[in-house]
Amino acid sequence: MSDTALLQINNLTCIRDDRVLFEHLNLSLAAGQMLLVEGHNGCGKTSLLRILTGLKLPDEGEILWQGETIDQLAADYYEQVNYVGHHDGVKRELTCLENLRLVQAMGKPSGVDLDDALEQVNLYRYGDTLMGSLSAGQKRRLALSRLIVTEAKLWIMDEPFTSLDKSSMASFETMFEHHLDQQGLIVMTSHHDVEMVNADIQRLNLSQ
Amino acid sequence: MNRLSLSQAFIYLLRRDLTLAFRNRAEFANPLLFFILVITLFPLAIGAIPELLARIAPGIIWVAALLAAMLSLDSIFRSDFDDGSLEQLLMSAHPMPLLVLAKVTAHWLVTGLPLLMVSPVLAEMLGMPQEAQGMLMLTILIGTPILSLIGSIGVALTVGLPKGGILLSLLILPLYVPILIFASSAIEGAAGGLDVSAQIYMLLAFLFLAISLSPVAAAAALKMSMS
Repeated sequence: MSDTALLQINNLTCIRDDRVLFEHLNLSLAAGQMLLVEGHNGCGKTSLLRILTGLKLPDEGEILWQGETIDQLAADYYEQVNYVGHHDGVKRELTCLENLRLVQAMGKPSGVDLDDALEQVNLYRYGDTLMGSLSAGQKRRLALSRLIVTEAKLWIMDEPFTSLDKSSMASFETMFEHHLDQQGLIVMTSHHDVEMVNADIQRLNLSQ
Repeated sequence: MNRLSLSQAFIYLLRRDLTLAFRNRAEFANPLLFFILVITLFPLAIGAIPELLARIAPGIIWVAALLAAMLSLDSIFRSDFDDGSLEQLLMSAHPMPLLVLAKVTAHWLVTGLPLLMVSPVLAEMLGMPQEAQGMLMLTILIGTPILSLIGSIGVALTVGLPKGGILLSLLILPLYVPILIFASSAIEGAAGGLDVSAQIYMLLAFLFLAISLSPVAAAAALKMSMS
């Protein structure tokens, strides 16, 4: 594993409604590492993740990807990032396959066949089912399958395990470990206990 | 695998929005129904005075088209904002103005184009003279895309607000007024047998200005609404 940091957080401060969520945050993440952001509700976990995606601007500080700020990189950065937010980002009126095709069209497609991807997230027979008729957990699994059908080095996930059952959680954890083995990076928040024993995890507690 | 070219991405998003509109037919039929209803109510309220109706027909049709367009604007970004698809589009490796243009094109195809198609029938019903009907079609063809394009900036600015509806009308309506003026003046001129190329060129200038600038403005506004 290389020690050079791919993702760097420099002196980051986030203020919301006169409340300082976090200030002067410094962190760096190298290939194959995972950052697990912890803390109580409303402590700024989602804000931090959204700042990392560039969707939200920090009040102070900057995010560097391979030494350049993400504002400068813009599309070059987004090509390497996969984000699964609070919302699933899938359309209720489209089928699973249509949703995945769109995900591929908007990102950088990996070579994985869409049917294989659905099988991996245990939705194989739901390819032509409208998203609206799936359960919350199934929607979440489809949202996470964007990680499979597109190629990105950095995965940013906000509570990826919401509404998932134990066995799906375990299979996604395996997938995350595999991504880390492939020199990928993960930043995520989770209220569930993350049981990834082999992973190189940095923990950041925003409540302290 | 490589990512799609810009034109492929444009067509892909356009097709997705058209599919979504097709599966939500009721929602998109609403502005068209509103357009037809408003115009058919005028003769009932004003009374059977053919000369008067023919005289005010361009104004009625254009005001109704403008209000119908405003009614439909919110649907450009609302559902994508609510279900998180917009975040994903903003984080797409493709340039956001292009994606906005695809969405606005889809919006015009499902809301503007139907107005264009029913307007000759409504014009005939109001007794508009033949020579003015062609001009009406032309102004609606040029004008409604401008309404969608300018509207997209307003929606992009207000989509993050819980009750953005009123603000949207206040923001957008003043910008719609010039189009209304030039369009109805062109129709009136044509009905009187005048040369109206000046008005048409003006509308075309608005259209090209809107095509080239409003996607950029809307993309920037969406980024602001997100953070």
